[in-house]
Amino acid sequence: MIRFLRRRPLVAPALAVVAFLLAMALFAPQLATDDPDRTDIGRKLAPPSLSEPLGADHLGRSIYSRLVYGSRASLGSVALIMAGILVLSFTVGGASGYLGGAVDGAVMRVCDVVLTFPTFILALFLIGILGTGLTNVVIAIVATHWAWYARMVRGMVLQLRHREHVLAARVAGASAPGLAVRHILPPIAGQMAVLATLDIGHMMLHVSGLSFLGLGVQPPTPEWGVMIGDARQFLRTAPQLILFPGLMIFLSVMAFNVLGDALRDHLDPHLAQEHGHGH
Amino acid sequence: MYRYILRRLAFLPVILFTVSLVVFLILRLAPGDPAQSYLRLSQIPPTAENLAMAREVLGLDKSVTAQYAAWLGRAARLDFGRSYVTGRPVIDEILHYLPATLELAGASLLITLGLSAPLGVAAALRRNSLVDHMTRGLAFAGVSIPNFWFGFLLAWLFSAELGWLPPLGRGGPERLVMPALSLALMSLAVNTRLIRASMLETMHHRFVLYARARGVPERMVVWRHMFVNALIPILTATGMHVGELLGGAVVVESVFSWPGVGRYAVSSIYNRDFPVLQCFMLVMTAIFVLCNLAVDIAYVVADPRMRLSNQAGRL
Repeated sequence: MIRFLRRRPLVAPALAVVAFLLAMALFAPQLATDDPDRTDIGRKLAPPSLSEPLGADHLGRSIYSRLVYGSRASLGSVALIMAGILVLSFTVGGASGYLGGAVDGAVMRVCDVVLTFPTFILALFLIGILGTGLTNVVIAIVATHWAWYARMVRGMVLQLRHREHVLAARVAGASAPGLAVRHILPPIAGQMAVLATLDIGHMMLHVSGLSFLGLGVQPPTPEWGVMIGDARQFLRTAPQLILFPGLMIFLSVMAFNVLGDALRDHLDPHLAQEHGHGH
Repeated sequence: MYRYILRRLAFLPVILFTVSLVVFLILRLAPGDPAQSYLRLSQIPPTAENLAMAREVLGLDKSVTAQYAAWLGRAARLDFGRSYVTGRPVIDEILHYLPATLELAGASLLITLGLSAPLGVAAALRRNSLVDHMTRGLAFAGVSIPNFWFGFLLAWLFSAELGWLPPLGRGGPERLVMPALSLALMSLAVNTRLIRASMLETMHHRFVLYARARGVPERMVVWRHMFVNALIPILTATGMHVGELLGGAVVVESVFSWPGVGRYAVSSIYNRDFPVLQCFMLVMTAIFVLCNLAVDIAYVVADPRMRLSNQAGRL
């Protein structure tokens, strides 16, 4: 472990950033210095100072407190998205690979169809139809990304189904659910965890981009993308309003990317080629 | 090879048909009564009489299959209805805004391909040198920076602080640079990384050694033998970049007030202007599908191994 950390000097800081983000989200009320929604016109666009470390926005709200609370929207939505994608892809992809035949054929065609669309545009369309808001953003991103994961799960199940230890367990009389839970799920879960970690940063960018456009988190709820969108008129006069939330997104995405890369190289060097990149 | 290309071309209508079906089905997911929103947006009072009229106008009184058939028939004639907001034919409006988006996405694609090639090649040739470390750092940061934030940083630095470039709008290369760069950043980072990896892999092939042994000049070895072969896996990625760029354009257009379809589509989301939205979706998906088709065909044409085999590639 120590050697691993030494060989990858970025992993320790990345872990620290992620721990820091989680702490921020969990203990936001304790860490914040002010109610993130409290406006105070007296300190409108106040520059960073001792009393207000990162300054205040155009409504005089504390930037620092809004950043702290903003971590909840980012991390929370990404956690929901990942949970949704994993549950969906495990059931659909697993069933497809395990049952084979017509089910498999049908599921794979559906996946092909979903993958025909450019993901961000499809997500945008779904949000347009369902209506704006963080819930619909989560639904849209899950709906546009599950198919790729389902295909991966299916491929892994197909590979595992005929491995000797699985066949042996079957011969020994293991039931189908038992087989799935004890012999097929664990190895897949590990690989999927790597893929999911690699994608967290990508999802965060999606969510913040949609929120920036005003389609996700609705004001006054603090969210980093929304904060950047709110501050756009003040680019000239108060660039720090855009700088800080952007840095938060950048650092979080980078931290998750570092961890994902490290996990991938550590657990499965072959995945590097299969995963490719953003999709 | 020709059989493969023909088969892919023959498959295109099937794909487009499926796309249309999915778009139609998603449209039906919309909460609320479309007739009601039609009236509200057209500022007609929602009396029972007007609602019935709106249902008839929108074809909502017919069965789902009939509605789809009618919708598809109109879509085939590029009739996607009229915008709820402006009342003009949607396709005209989309086509009016589309060139700006294609200009932006095209410029970004050029930046992506034009910069990633020298960077990736240089990094691979001088592995673990300063160039390599810097390129890798850039590639790594590039995939983590939100494109809209990067756009604002550029605008802040080059417009607000230095005053070198105009911050908003379209027209002339000086207005294109910043949006195109912000949009390209992600694909550029990904592509540079891919080219570097692909070059490192190609480098150790025998044909490279053989070319050197024949006394082929080093520059020729690098570009003609290594790079061309390293490019083959990059081609597939280009199809994906197109999707990424079309999607990213929506966000970047908003940053720079670039008058493209993306910004128009976002405003149609606020207005719940469904005809605009569906037309945007169909047009963008069609562009994406066609680009991927072109890439797949280019792939077969470019790779002699594919050219020879009868059952080339994936379908």
